[in-house]
Amino acid sequence: MTAWTDLGLLGVIVTDLFVLSTTRIGACIRALTIQGILLAVLPPLLHGGPGTSGQLVITALVTLLIKAVVIPRLLSRAMRDAEVRREAQPFVSMHLSGLLGVSLVAFAFWVGRALRLPIAVASDLILPVSLATFFVGFLVLVSRRKAITQVVGFLMLENGVFLFGLCLTRALPFVVELAVLLDVLVGVFVMGIMIHHIRQEFDHLDTFELASLKE
Amino acid sequence: MSLVPILILAVPGVLGLVAFFGRGPRLLRGCLLGGAAAHAALVASLWSGSAGRGIHTMPGLGVDALGLLFLSLASLLFLATSLHALGELAPDTTSRGTADARFVACLLWFLASMSLVVLSQHFAVMWAAVEATTLASAPLIFHHHRREALEAAWKYLVLCSVGIAIALLGTFFLGIAASSVPGQTPHLSLPALLSLAGGLSHRWLEAAFVLALVGYGTKLGLVPLHSWLPDAHSQAPSPVSALLSGALLNCALLAVLRFYQVLVAAGDGAFARPLLLVLGFLSIGVAAALMVGQRDYKRLLAYSSVENMGVVVVGCALTGPAVYAGLLHAVNHSLCKAALFLLAGNVLRRYGTTAAGGVTGVVRRLPATGVLLAVAMLAIGGSPPFGPFISEFSIFSAAVAGPSPGLGVLFVGLLGVGFLGMAGVMLPMLQGVPPAREVTPEAPRTLLAPLLLLAAVLALGLVIPAALDQHLRAAAVALQEAR
Repeated sequence: MTAWTDLGLLGVIVTDLFVLSTTRIGACIRALTIQGILLAVLPPLLHGGPGTSGQLVITALVTLLIKAVVIPRLLSRAMRDAEVRREAQPFVSMHLSGLLGVSLVAFAFWVGRALRLPIAVASDLILPVSLATFFVGFLVLVSRRKAITQVVGFLMLENGVFLFGLCLTRALPFVVELAVLLDVLVGVFVMGIMIHHIRQEFDHLDTFELASLKE
Repeated sequence: MSLVPILILAVPGVLGLVAFFGRGPRLLRGCLLGGAAAHAALVASLWSGSAGRGIHTMPGLGVDALGLLFLSLASLLFLATSLHALGELAPDTTSRGTADARFVACLLWFLASMSLVVLSQHFAVMWAAVEATTLASAPLIFHHHRREALEAAWKYLVLCSVGIAIALLGTFFLGIAASSVPGQTPHLSLPALLSLAGGLSHRWLEAAFVLALVGYGTKLGLVPLHSWLPDAHSQAPSPVSALLSGALLNCALLAVLRFYQVLVAAGDGAFARPLLLVLGFLSIGVAAALMVGQRDYKRLLAYSSVENMGVVVVGCALTGPAVYAGLLHAVNHSLCKAALFLLAGNVLRRYGTTAAGGVTGVVRRLPATGVLLAVAMLAIGGSPPFGPFISEFSIFSAAVAGPSPGLGVLFVGLLGVGFLGMAGVMLPMLQGVPPAREVTPEAPRTLLAPLLLLAAVLALGLVIPAALDQHLRAAAVALQEAR
């Protein structure tokens, strides 16, 4: 069981670094889909056993539906709508952001080792991987200029927090877990609507150009 | 066991759905006004219960003194602004029916989500509710689809979503702190955490507080996390600005205070207080400095909100009588700032610009609005006999009597800068000769709510009603170590 979960967690890291290394927005969305599938599969792998509860299965299915099907579709539609395919001139060059990403992952592993959880966790990798995903998502969010890529960064950051939550799923009531997922879904939906309007009003999706409000 | 809290959530939620799917201007108006009135009536019925005892409905939901205080403010302001919100709807609804339906629906959902924030007695529920307030209010900001409003809404949505993700991490840290209590399953419910507080792991608790302060502090607009706030609050339609400043900031404040409450119960309040003080004073200072010479009068009001939230945070962080005064200031600020934004909306409607330089002679062109604006400016600036004077003076005297009197002097000095900044921008707007154009009488509908709000601010400066006093005391007790 641990071998499989560790493999899944390593898969999450691979998708993190992949998003950092590509300028194609379509590829970013696909990587995010794979990450969504991994995130849906991991909780049953970690907490499931012979007496797997129905709630665990339902949460996994809802996660799969929202993170791996609906959100990627919303993003792809926004991308087609806005006719952007590539990230143009990110604030931080691709080489540098790759380098930064790798160092952030290393830093996350160092922190994950230094933090000692007072509870038993199924895998030692959860903490570092969740922090790495959080950091890399933040990097994507601040270093890219297209609105869609920023949403991708936000979703990765959110995925990192979601992974961290795996350490203590029992603390979250079932309903709340679903509400958290629903919040993310509605969030992407609202961001999609806004991307549509930004595209209509400004004729581009470059958030760097959104700079008329200043002191 | 009471059904009222559930109704408080359900009424605006369901009416929001009706408004979203229904059509027709009369239905929309009915949903908005009906929802506002019903919500206010339900909240008012909660006041008959005794303070501090708390009503628990179901796991995760309940009413305590702190929650009831902020719930009542949100409900009152929503009622006051709903009349003005009708003015934002298109006069002939044939052209913009869908946009108006979305606007009214989002307003009602905004009210429902704010109510859930204050009624939640569970940290994860509260987190989901705070995120929901962001999602419901972002579409309100760009209702008129102007470019600047879109830009402001995008910044608001992205920055607050990131902040809230950080707050979720803080919430999980809190769960880990709780799981260090032997024999306990991880818990995130507020009453459970408060009763277990003595056994919580301090290291994790402190880390959780820092993350929550950064996360919810973004939403609260504390300097240096405030960059989105002046944009969003100034670009939104005026009734929405009034709600964002007067009601939503309180909800974000409550989220921070809930974490603080657990820290205090765990005997770790000394860790949180310096952090709150630093951020509070930074907010007052930076906002006051940016108010001086501000060119946009709605931005001026937004910065004043940052300043006043700093005052509330400072009040809560200085122990003793300052906590009571800080909470009282939250009440005063909400009433006053809502009135100011609604009046600014009247000015904007007539002059068509938010540039302070483009507005002169408000007192002559819009006499009632002009006079009320002058009164509101004095009130928010902390001059007697208005409510903010009482609350700010109490914080000052508590600080001077405390271990570091220098803080009190700094406090008053920074507030003085803010007041001069605000007066320097607003007095030239009020005085002078208006551009010679049409003089149409002011509609009473646009004056009633600000008038009543300012009357309440004046009343609070003269006497604090016994029921309010009782609730403020109970709320202040929850935020301090027992002695």
